[in-house]
Amino acid sequence: MRDMETPLKKVRGLGAAREGTGGFWRQRVSGLALAVLTLFVVGWIWSLKGAGYAEVRASLAHPLVAIAMALFIVISLDHMRLGMKEIIEDYAHSQGNRLGLSILNTFFTVAVGGVCLFALAKLAFGG
Amino acid sequence: MVELALPKNSQIRQGKTWPKPQGATNLREYKIYRWSPDDGENPRIDTYFVDMDDCGPMVLDALLWIKNKIDPTLTLRRSCREGICGSCAMNIDGSNTLACTKGADDISGPVKIYPLPHMAVVKDLVPDLTNFYAQHASIEPWLHTVSPEPAKEWLQSHEDREKLDGLYECILCACCSTACPSYWWNGDKYLGPAVLLQAYRWLIDSRDEATGERLDNLEDPFRLYRCHTIMNCTQTCPKGLNPAKAIAEIKKMMVERRV
Repeated sequence: MRDMETPLKKVRGLGAAREGTGGFWRQRVSGLALAVLTLFVVGWIWSLKGAGYAEVRASLAHPLVAIAMALFIVISLDHMRLGMKEIIEDYAHSQGNRLGLSILNTFFTVAVGGVCLFALAKLAFGG
Repeated sequence: MVELALPKNSQIRQGKTWPKPQGATNLREYKIYRWSPDDGENPRIDTYFVDMDDCGPMVLDALLWIKNKIDPTLTLRRSCREGICGSCAMNIDGSNTLACTKGADDISGPVKIYPLPHMAVVKDLVPDLTNFYAQHASIEPWLHTVSPEPAKEWLQSHEDREKLDGLYECILCACCSTACPSYWWNGDKYLGPAVLLQAYRWLIDSRDEATGERLDNLEDPFRLYRCHTIMNCTQTCPKGLNPAKAIAEIKKMMVERRV
């Protein structure tokens, strides 16, 4: 019976996971990278105000723009996944909920990333 | 998932309004949370009127005046009545503080008093702090050393001693931890600001030789990283301490040892 466990036994549980700092640090570093990349992306969109499809494609064909966009997509999604993980850990309390939502979170991020990168490649390389 | 509404048997009802003391001219209205485990009733808010000409200035004075002169069943913890034991921590006028150091004059309108938020209630204003104390025990709040014990004492420089200022004053009243939404949602696994401040007190003690092991035991998505710098802890601390900063310092140590 779990209720006969001492309070200290309950608090110690399975022990510390010995991780968490990696995600914490990556969230900060990716936030820093995004502060710069977002400025670039907003400026890029602004510079294409009123431009047609062909002009946008031509702009994306430039290696620097395509690389910056790819980085923006990958880093944003990684940052988003880490943020969602925090929310799941805060609010999903049963082990089952937490496990299921964590897997969904990863699948969703990878799926969105795959679609975005495919679209970017198609626009940048033509075809 | 997270519970945002109170369960039916915890919903608070209108309670009894106790008669005003006869002949009193300087009255103060107190609205106090009442709940007893013995009668199967929902919690209620009772209203009392305190004769301020016959009572000390602090909220604890008024609570004891009510207990002595109106309703002896009113249940609360108190001991030192001077802000050093932490027993009379409760939610007064919407924020967690010590009844003994909170002046009734600082509050406008009726004085509303509840137990510390989101804790199981033992009775009236007495919360169950069993888990909180076990969490404190789990960080092993005593000096850990391996080196042979010196003949006289473990030495510490004045500069290193100063690092403990703002930490050693914590009286473990639990005001900060029970003001923290992360502690409300995950209090079983998140250690909370009070215990993390205590952990940091030992992490930066120059005499302690278990810094790495202490960090190992804190490095966990729940034990430490549920802190999202909400800062309720620092805002509410009746001793004017800064648990949020202590937690940030622990996170810095975690990063420092791996980056």
